[in-house]
This record gives sequence, C-alpha cells and structure tokens, in this order.
Amino acid sequence: MEKAIRKYWPAFLLPTLAAFIIGFIWPFVWGLYLSFHKFTTVSKTTFVGLSNYVKVFEDPTFVSAFWFTAKFTVVSTILINIIAFLLALALTRGLRGTNVYRTVFFLPNLIGGIVLGYIWQILLNGILTNLGLPLLALDARYGFWGLIILMCWQQIGYMMIIYIAGLQNVPGDLLEAASIDGATSLQTLIKVKLPMVMPSITICTFLTLTNSFKLFDQNLALTGGEPAKASQMLALNIYDTFYARSGPQWKGIGQAKSVVFCLLVIVIALVQLHFTRRKEVQQ
Amino acid sequence: MTKAKVYHDGAVSGARRAVDAFLSILLTALSLIWIYPVVLILLNSLKAETAISTTSVFELPTSETFVGLDNYIHGVTQMNFLSSFGYSVVITVTSVLLIILCCSMCAWYITRVNTLPSRLMYLLCAFSMVVPFQMVMFTLSKTADSLSLNTPFNICIIYLGFGAGLAVFMFTGFMKSVPLAIEEAAMIDGCNPLQIFFRVVFPILKPTAISTAILETMWVWNDYLLPTLVLDIKKYRTIPMAIQYFRGSYGRVEMGPMMACIMITVIPIIIMYLACQKYIIEGVVAGAVKG
Repeated sequence: MEKAIRKYWPAFLLPTLAAFIIGFIWPFVWGLYLSFHKFTTVSKTTFVGLSNYVKVFEDPTFVSAFWFTAKFTVVSTILINIIAFLLALALTRGLRGTNVYRTVFFLPNLIGGIVLGYIWQILLNGILTNLGLPLLALDARYGFWGLIILMCWQQIGYMMIIYIAGLQNVPGDLLEAASIDGATSLQTLIKVKLPMVMPSITICTFLTLTNSFKLFDQNLALTGGEPAKASQMLALNIYDTFYARSGPQWKGIGQAKSVVFCLLVIVIALVQLHFTRRKEVQQ
Repeated sequence: MTKAKVYHDGAVSGARRAVDAFLSILLTALSLIWIYPVVLILLNSLKAETAISTTSVFELPTSETFVGLDNYIHGVTQMNFLSSFGYSVVITVTSVLLIILCCSMCAWYITRVNTLPSRLMYLLCAFSMVVPFQMVMFTLSKTADSLSLNTPFNICIIYLGFGAGLAVFMFTGFMKSVPLAIEEAAMIDGCNPLQIFFRVVFPILKPTAISTAILETMWVWNDYLLPTLVLDIKKYRTIPMAIQYFRGSYGRVEMGPMMACIMITVIPIIIMYLACQKYIIEGVVAGAVKG
C-alpha cells in the first residue's frame, strides 16, 4: 500500500511542498543569508560578516524594545493564565447562564489586532482625558498597561476555553475519591485538578508566551510605538528598521534583528515546553 | 454543556449556593465590562462628528448629536469598504480551501509513507509554527513579487506556504488514530490512492477539517502584515489594511466614519460567531490539543 501511495507523490505532496518552499523555506534561508550582507536592493549585496549582528546590539531602540517586550510578556502571560483559569473554574460549576458568559468572554478573540487596537485606543484615551492624564501616545507607561489590558481582553477567553476543556476531562471518580477522603475544595483544586490540567497549562502558557512576544498588530494600532519608540515591541522595531529608516545599512541590520528575534522565540518555546512538560502527569 | 458534578452533603450546599450567587453577580458584571468597548464604539458611531472628542466619548448620543447611519454611509464610501470586504472574502475563502485540500492530502501522505522526505516535511512544518513572521517578511514579499503572487487572487499560494505548518500538524495528529484497515480494504476493492483519499479518508477527516478551517479563517481574515507587504496597497486593500490606511492617512482623521467602519468590520464577525459558535469553540479546543 505504501508503494502505491508513494507513486502518487506529485498529487499529494508536491502542491504543499512547493508552496511551503515558496512561502517558508526559501524566504527563511534567504533571510539568513541576507543577515550577513549589506544591501538596499536584493540584487546588490556585499558580504559584511557579523557586523550587522554587532550593530543590532549597539542599537539602543532594539535593546529598549527587548526589555519592553520581555516585561510585557511576563506580565501578560501571568495575568492572562491566572484570570483565564479562575474563570474556567467558575464556569465549570454548572452555574446558570454559563454558556452566555463563555460566549461573551470568547468574543474579542475573533476581532483582528488592528481593529482591537483602535477600539481600545478610543476607550483608553477617553478615560485618560477624563482623569486629566496624558494620552496613550504621550506616556510609555500608559502604553504598556494599555497593551496589557488589550491583550487580557483578547486572550483570556481563548485560554479559558482550553482550561474549561481540561477541567471537564478530569475524571469524576478522582474528584469523588477526594471528596470521600474529606478533601476541602481548595485541596481538591491544588492536589487533584491542577496536576490533571497540566497539559492545558502547558499549551496556554506556550500560546500566551509566544503570542505576547511576537505581538505586532495590537502594538502598531494602539500606540504605534509612541512616544519616540518608547512603547515599541521587538516585532514593530524590526518592521520599523526595515521600512521606516533610510540609509543603506538598515535593511541588513533589520534582517539580523529578525534572526535574533527568531532565535529568542525558539529558545523561549523550548525552555517553556521543557519545564512545564516535566510537571505533567499520566492520565 | 458543562459536566460539573456536585459532591456535597446538605450542610455544604448552603455555603455553595452563596458562593454561586456571588459568582453569578461577579461574572455578569465582568461580562458587561467585556462587551462595553464594542458598545462604546457602536454608540459613538451614531454621533455627529462635532460631538465626538476624547472628553465626550462616554456621553450617550442625544437628539441633537444623533445622526443615524450618516457615518456608516460616509465611512463605507470613503474607505471603499465594499471592495475591501470583497478582497478579504476572496483571499480568505481561496486560502482556506486550498490549505484544507492540499494539507490534508500532504498529511495523509506523510503519515502513510514513512520515508526521510516525509519525516523531514513533518519536522519543518512543526518548526515553521514557531518562527515569527518577521523572520521571513522581507524576503517573502520579494519572493512573492518576483513570482507575481501579489494579487488577491493568487496570494492564497503564499498563505498555503506559510499556513501549512499548523494544518499539516493538525491533520497528521488526527490521522495517526485512523485505522489502516479501511484504506486497505478500499485498495483491495481496486481504488487508486486518489480515490481512497477522496472517498474514504477525507470523509473521516471532516471534523478536523472544520476545526482547521476555523483556525485558519481566524488567522487569514484578520491578518494585516502579510497582505500589506505582499499586495499593492494602492490597488488592493483587505479590511485590516483599509482600517489602518484610513487611520494613518494624513490630515485629521474623521472619528465618526472611522468608528462606523470598525463597527461594520465587527458586526459580521459577531454574527458569524453566534451562528457557528459550537464549531469555533470545538476548533479552538482541537487546535490546542494537537498543538
């Protein structure tokens, strides 16, 4: 049977493979290659070795974007996961109206990042003005917390759905055994439910970590990096380096920044998977 | 929906009822906060341009400031919303159909044929899900230009390439649990691999195909950066591009039409969501389990 299928590879494998090469493999390899070159148009490149990479770390906007992104990622990951898990606990108690709550909390996830950014820009600027405070685009602290609020609003519903599915899969006999043994509901939560939903926690932390770290649309729409690039995250900083700066050196540096960014995402993903996977129990 | 079971005796149930009542109030308040931003935009989109400012954004429309659908008419014509809507629909439908068709076939091939290229393809797909778009954005837009894959009608090939990772991953995850016996029976009955796939395998894959289609639709419909870099912004604008362009154009931004445009972007999404909520939520759960 395997042989028969293998003969049909042009039909089964080729279309996806060809598109995958055009859409991912070739741009990826070419991007790596260009990160070691100086260029303004891709037809004329000069090899410059590691000098683009050196310049990446000498660029103060990249370093500050890194710290902004790192802080944002930590805060948003923690907040989103805790709130989403608490909501999931509340919504698995069989309350009346559970479906309505779930529908409402999930809704923002379907709205695109650009539109979300503008919705919150209007709302937050309204609140700030009425409190007599500077606008979002004038103070990076407000930009930071604005992004956190926006991200929570968008992602909590999604993670909540995953946690609900995890909690519903906790076997009923385990809970029954715990209650017969006289466990309080807090003990049941920590000793039974938490270990059993560890796979959901792994997935949700993975998703929130990478989503936050790679955030672009919301950043562009909510603050646009203002004031003076102080609320710029890494993805926006790279975009800015490629398309908003003039000078022959920037495209190469932008490409080197992307490679560094890509490595950071891969490292974060691997480290996180390593740590949370260890805590998972066999069902 | 919820399968929560209650394990308690009479003494606890009073306390539990109190907690439940408290939670209901809390969740209701939270739900109202959750939909407030959308309601705020809706209310402001009905106000006259002169009545909208950052200080008055929380005021309800009054008989003097209420302008009905004026902003909507103005916004739709100014933003050329209908053509943007059309482009978004074309791109999303072609891309998602192509992804489902090609990736399900590819996934079947790599689970049933255990050779080095198959395993390599699988690993690369998993890898591509982690790589941020910024890594390839510049070179991808150049590649798309040189292959003339830069119109709304063939950008789906780019989406197939960049979206293949998730789809292949989800299909192979499901495929591993499908028994070989049915396919072997079909082969003995004289089906060729194409017939086996379309008559036997694809119907089994349908639930995964729906989940994948939903996840990919959510991505393609809302995607901003890829179409911005690949398409010619003067000729073709998808909805996210149009909103950003409208907003970023020079001169004073008219807030009324802007908010009307946001609303007409959001309303179809809400209707779609309420209509296929069950599938969307199942899709999200399935995606998380496979990912």
